[in-house]
Amino acid sequence: MKILVPVKRAIDYKVKVHVKSDESGVELTNVKMSMNPFDEIAIEEATKLKESGQATEIIAVSIGSDKAQETIRTAMAIGADRGILVKTDAPTDLGGVEPLAVAKTLKALIEKETPDLVIMGKQSIDDDSNQTGQMLAALLGWPQATFASEVKIESGKAVVTREIDGGLETISVNTPAIITTDLRLNEPRYASLPNIMKAKKKPLDVITPEELGVDFSPRLKVLKVSEPAKRQAGIIVDSVDALIDKLKNEAKVIG
Amino acid sequence: MTILVIAEHNNSKIKASTLNTVAAAKNIGGEIHILVAGANCGEVATQASNIDGISTVLKADAPHLEHHLAENLSALIVKNADKYSHILAPGSTFGKNVMPRVAALLDVQQVSDVIEVINESTFKHPVYGGQAIATVESTDGKKVLTVRTTGFDAVPVDGGSASIEDIITTSAFGLSSFVSIEESKSERPELGSAKIVISGGRGVGSKEDFKIIEDLADKLGGAVGASRAAVDAGYVPNDYQVGQTGKVVAPNLYMAIGISGAIQHLAGMKDSKVIVAINKDEEAPIFQVADYGLVADLFDAVPELIKKL
Repeated sequence: MKILVPVKRAIDYKVKVHVKSDESGVELTNVKMSMNPFDEIAIEEATKLKESGQATEIIAVSIGSDKAQETIRTAMAIGADRGILVKTDAPTDLGGVEPLAVAKTLKALIEKETPDLVIMGKQSIDDDSNQTGQMLAALLGWPQATFASEVKIESGKAVVTREIDGGLETISVNTPAIITTDLRLNEPRYASLPNIMKAKKKPLDVITPEELGVDFSPRLKVLKVSEPAKRQAGIIVDSVDALIDKLKNEAKVIG
Repeated sequence: MTILVIAEHNNSKIKASTLNTVAAAKNIGGEIHILVAGANCGEVATQASNIDGISTVLKADAPHLEHHLAENLSALIVKNADKYSHILAPGSTFGKNVMPRVAALLDVQQVSDVIEVINESTFKHPVYGGQAIATVESTDGKKVLTVRTTGFDAVPVDGGSASIEDIITTSAFGLSSFVSIEESKSERPELGSAKIVISGGRGVGSKEDFKIIEDLADKLGGAVGASRAAVDAGYVPNDYQVGQTGKVVAPNLYMAIGISGAIQHLAGMKDSKVIVAINKDEEAPIFQVADYGLVADLFDAVPELIKKL
């Protein structure tokens, strides 16, 4: 079984985001970038399937600038066998390559690579869209199992437990299928130094969107990106009694 | 201009998220239709017909629509999409699962988690875990949107008298099937929609001590949440996590106890109406967003709170 795992280079989840003063976007210069956390979970899950003998090959794919090669190398250090970068200098967070364009790009690659399974993050923590996996499944005419917290592969099917509001739902999908990962699925490993060294020697192809015949023109015009309304710091109370009094009589949020 | 809202329901009752979504549709303006797709969902269609502001209920009743599998539901929506300028669903896991599939089949770039409608094609939505708000104009012919339910006040459940129209259903996709559902059986309210949320962080110190957070939540009839640090430390399961990579909540009262206030966490709770922080470190960033701060050892303050409330 061949697994394709899309990975995205995004702002590190611990970084405080600053909106640019001209409100054109978010400041990304000299900001720590990492693999999108949900994608780390995806590559970990694929690697586990390979270690258990259920998968034979893992291909990591990214769309972005040359720097996204680092993200692919990280995926290789965890377990990907080879990588493909679809190179573009367009922004991948806002006002550039949008989820629909990403889905079309991945579809073109999947038609060449014919994987049996695609495992990918449910959303990236920059644009927070949570769309690409579902869109890709639709474009391919494949079933989807989104927000996975458990994946079992059994004879041509994936049985997936999904995190839904208020509980867990289990569905069964025929492969090929798209699975998107939620936080509970696994805990990604730290890549070991020998594996980081080995990853440097794994094959990585760089191609262009034109070669795949996809168009990255955005459909959404980003008119502005602004700071959210700021919360004013309130007051410090000096005792539990004072807190209860404030909550009852000033904020009126408890009876 | 006619707008289609996709109703979220469990085949017997319409969910509150649908009412917030209708409110967003009203802000766009125009006639509003609502799709009730399910199995034996006649009661839901009747409830939908009473919602304020709806003119027509489209009812699709078929066994393969019971569990709202994205493949089946998206095909149905797309088949009925022609006459609509906008298609909206709640930004819950229900809407997030199905709507991008609809958008892709219509060749539309969806806008996720709309929190404000500027005009019929321009919307605000949070990005970067709510650390920035993007205002975007859709250039697609049709607009496909999911709605952040905390951004819109629910419309009344009554006052309407829409007609109910049975529509022809599409056939089952056949490559996916429902197996089972395990609903959270907690006596406590659901974290995402609770009016009061009590969250604990790394400061709570252990799984055993997390019980005092739960006791306080039970005293106030609230839900229990946690920071990522508390989840990573194994004090509580992952589905308690409030934050950018967990659940986004906006209750009337949010109490952050032993939580320092990492950006990741703030992204999940900063739209709460009233925020209380209890932390022994007076420098903790959580105090910068709290309406009421109490600098105290949580093991003194929380038991005292439980006793005095």
